[in-house]
Amino acid sequence: MIEIKNLHVKIAETETKILNGLDLTVNAGEVAAIMGPNGSGKSTLSYVMAGKKDYEVTEGDILFNGESILEMKVDERAAAGLFLAFQYPVEIPGVPTMNFLKAAMNAQRKTRGDAEYTTPEFIKRVKEAAGNLGISMDMLKRSLNTGFSGGEKKRAEILQMSLLEPKFCVMDETDSGLDIDALKVVADGVNNLRSPDRGFLIITHYQRLLEHIVPDTVHVLYDGRIIQSGGKELALQLEEHGYADVIANAA
Amino acid sequence: MNAPIKLTEAEQALLLLGSDGEASGILRERGLPTRRVEAWHYTDLRNLLKSIPTGSQLDTGDVDRLLSSYQRLTHATRLPFVDGKYIADAADETPNGVLVAGENAPNLTPAADDDAIGLIGAITGAKGVSIAIKDGVKLDKPLGLAQVIASSSFCSTAHTINVGKGAHVSFIERHLSGDGITGQGNAITSLSVGEGAEVLWAIVQQHGNQCTHLGQLNVDLAADARLTILILNCGGKLVRQEVHVKSNGENSDLEILGVNLVGDKTHVDVTTSLLHNVPNTNAEETFRNVITGSGHGVFQGQIRVAQPAQKTDAQMACNTLLLSDEAEFSAKPELEIFADDVICAHGATVTDIDDEHLFYMRARGIGETDARALLIKAFVDEIFDDLEDETFKGALVGLIDDWLDRNG
Repeated sequence: MIEIKNLHVKIAETETKILNGLDLTVNAGEVAAIMGPNGSGKSTLSYVMAGKKDYEVTEGDILFNGESILEMKVDERAAAGLFLAFQYPVEIPGVPTMNFLKAAMNAQRKTRGDAEYTTPEFIKRVKEAAGNLGISMDMLKRSLNTGFSGGEKKRAEILQMSLLEPKFCVMDETDSGLDIDALKVVADGVNNLRSPDRGFLIITHYQRLLEHIVPDTVHVLYDGRIIQSGGKELALQLEEHGYADVIANAA
Repeated sequence: MNAPIKLTEAEQALLLLGSDGEASGILRERGLPTRRVEAWHYTDLRNLLKSIPTGSQLDTGDVDRLLSSYQRLTHATRLPFVDGKYIADAADETPNGVLVAGENAPNLTPAADDDAIGLIGAITGAKGVSIAIKDGVKLDKPLGLAQVIASSSFCSTAHTINVGKGAHVSFIERHLSGDGITGQGNAITSLSVGEGAEVLWAIVQQHGNQCTHLGQLNVDLAADARLTILILNCGGKLVRQEVHVKSNGENSDLEILGVNLVGDKTHVDVTTSLLHNVPNTNAEETFRNVITGSGHGVFQGQIRVAQPAQKTDAQMACNTLLLSDEAEFSAKPELEIFADDVICAHGATVTDIDDEHLFYMRARGIGETDARALLIKAFVDEIFDDLEDETFKGALVGLIDDWLDRNG
């Protein structure tokens, strides 16, 4: 579903290289986890996949269902079914969450050539999805993410994910800033979306999240490359011994 | 005595519109203000006001049709004006406790040397209505002063409004014209808000693309009075709206909320002065401005706190979105404080649309154009969030949407 081939990325305005020949394949139905120490390039990978303009791909390619997405605009990638759950969801004062959700859902439907949702249809869907995540309708009347707690912001990301029904989800440190209860809610939200035709890339520092969202594969990112891949047991190994061994073995 | 200046075409035309009184003498001597006059530094009226339209060619038979072509903003009691003339026949019936008199010709004198709008009003013999709201009257519908410029005319109006003690009333002062009409309005209102009264005064300026609007609202605020002034500028070619408020009674509360939408090749100036004369008064003003094309927006906000006016709390904020490289905004806060126990603050920001906001919205599939429009709308709509009259709020948001569609 996602094939990242020999990806080299630098920060657009400087010569700082972040990714140095990253290779990664994630199949439909697969939950892949990427772990790695600070500064290894985890967030950069998520932004590059989403199409943030601050980064420049100097070599390599990202294929989504066999087609390169590098020339696609940010919103085209989203409409094609790529979803990025942000590590730090952006606060946008003045845009009520409901209006935003409706704009996003209908924009994607329009791009795909589907009819826009009517207001009752839309509200029904939101109510159902919000209820599952313990999100009140009051919260959705507030400006997008504005004044939301860390847990509320992450739940709102999962809400968007479930409403937009993407094909592939990149989750950038979704566990950061969450207490254990919020973590469970978020993990349940993700687990409910797991399906044979949907892929996930879970970016995280810690094994903790992976106890709740059990991955099929685990990859270690270091210095802009995948230096080791394995099954879910690799995450436990990292938790126990830290990254030093893996890094030493790769060197 | 200075040597007489050479009058511009517009100055000569203004003199022809009026009688040869004291005000005319002042204009003859000084001319209209240029950028060398501090209060007009960013709006060089002498250069910007090229000519004065000759006069109304209004056929009074058209008035009804004309008025019906403008949609009402809310369920207001409408007092219509066409080309500066009050059309009493077309006015809605006024509710009990409200007295409207059609022939109001106040004896205008400019408030200061730099009061060009007052001077023009005085020269041209501005006329309007006087409205008196009796003590304690609470109106459930706003009073709407709908001022239409229908032909290339010079419309000099002056209204005198007195709101009695404890009255609750909303006013909508609306300025309208069609695109292509090269009319000019010089609209002066004196508003006196009585003790404990609660007033909303909304100025909705939605002129066509060739109109000039010079407006001045002069307010006298009594003790315990609450006044909200709401300003939406979404039209006109050359616009200057002044608001001058004197807080003369203790525990008065003033809020000014403004949105200025400034399109290509237009100039919109909002100038406010708040004078706190007595202790314990509050004032808060917030402006959001959006400038496109080669538009030029101006905000001048003056707060003056007299020596006895201890415990004054005055806050001023002016935030601007510049949407093109040629767009320009000039902001000038002025604080003049003679009391020592006051809270006064001002802040001005000028920004472009936040890239992080845009990226987030696009990452959810919203196209760049739509995402920008949503963000611009959010930036200005927020100002009207707390308006109680939902119909009116919806109408204002509708005017903003229309403007963004045309200028976005």
